[in-house]
Amino acid sequence: MHSVCDQQTLAIQRCQRGRPEAFEWIVNRYMKQAYSIALGLVGNRDDALELSQEAFYRALRNIDKLKSHSKFFPWFYQILKNLCFTHLRKRVSRSTGNLEETGYLPAEATGTAWFDPEAVAEANETKSKVWEAIGRLKEKHREVIILRHFQNMSYDEIAENLFCSKGTVMSRLYHARKKLKVMLDDQKGGRHI
Amino acid sequence: MTCPDYKDLMMGYLDDELDDAQKQSFEDHLASCQDCSGELEGFRELKQITDQVALVEPEDKIWQDYWSGIYNRVERRIGWILFSAAAILLLIYGGFRLIEALIKDPTVDIILKAGLLAIIAGLAVLFVSVLRERIHFWKRDRYKDVRR
Ligand SMILES: [Zn+2]
Repeated sequence: MHSVCDQQTLAIQRCQRGRPEAFEWIVNRYMKQAYSIALGLVGNRDDALELSQEAFYRALRNIDKLKSHSKFFPWFYQILKNLCFTHLRKRVSRSTGNLEETGYLPAEATGTAWFDPEAVAEANETKSKVWEAIGRLKEKHREVIILRHFQNMSYDEIAENLFCSKGTVMSRLYHARKKLKVMLDDQKGGRHI
Repeated sequence: MTCPDYKDLMMGYLDDELDDAQKQSFEDHLASCQDCSGELEGFRELKQITDQVALVEPEDKIWQDYWSGIYNRVERRIGWILFSAAAILLLIYGGFRLIEALIKDPTVDIILKAGLLAIIAGLAVLFVSVLRERIHFWKRDRYKDVRR
């Protein structure tokens, strides 16, 4: 009887020996997580499906570059997020006016067209506003919010996936939530919660 | 420690990620700092709101077709590689036969023959040069991953 960890190591070794069908085991284990992270990062279900599959495909193509001592998911996560952010940058590149000053995108740069309000379960006005605000966060802020709130990752897990310290995770979360709060307060007409 | 130092701890406190010593230190600060306790209240409300937001679960169908979506890409790539290799081979072969026929043909002008041979020689030199460069980069590429 093999543990899940052993099974994963075996599957990766098989892929590295040129047997792509062994990758199916890995995909089945992580596809839901990959899809939902992609959805959080790009905000659109069709794109999330396409981008998460593409990320697995690229991971498989580059599986030789995964060291035997490194974990699969944090490595895969870099591929996934780079794909997602590149995808978004192509769409936003024209209207990032005051990105650096405010730390979040101007509303007109995003628009609900691609941060799809229908991606939110049992949506109401408040939830839609939060979702839209998340869509306007800077990349590094959005990803900590997604990993914490939608993936329920612990600080240690987030740190592992971002290749940073726990202190950095806390500090990014602080700034991310601060921006979120400012955006949501602005929508309420300046009343600070 | 000053207020800004407690901002990060505030997140850990909010998400219950602090060890006992950090928690104690943060609570001590809270008791004496209006600013931080007010800010924490705001973050609590925000967390309550964000915690309600969940993403729609997709239908089971997408998970059934998920792997084949990836495997198709693998197959398509293999298909493309085979196709391109075969196309290049056929082109080289066809070109070679064409040039051979031209050179053997006594009615073709000697200048044209010389020109053709020069073009072939030029192409061969270019090909070898590009190939050598590629191999050089590829070797370096393999070692660059060793760093971490
Ligand atoms: Zn304070």
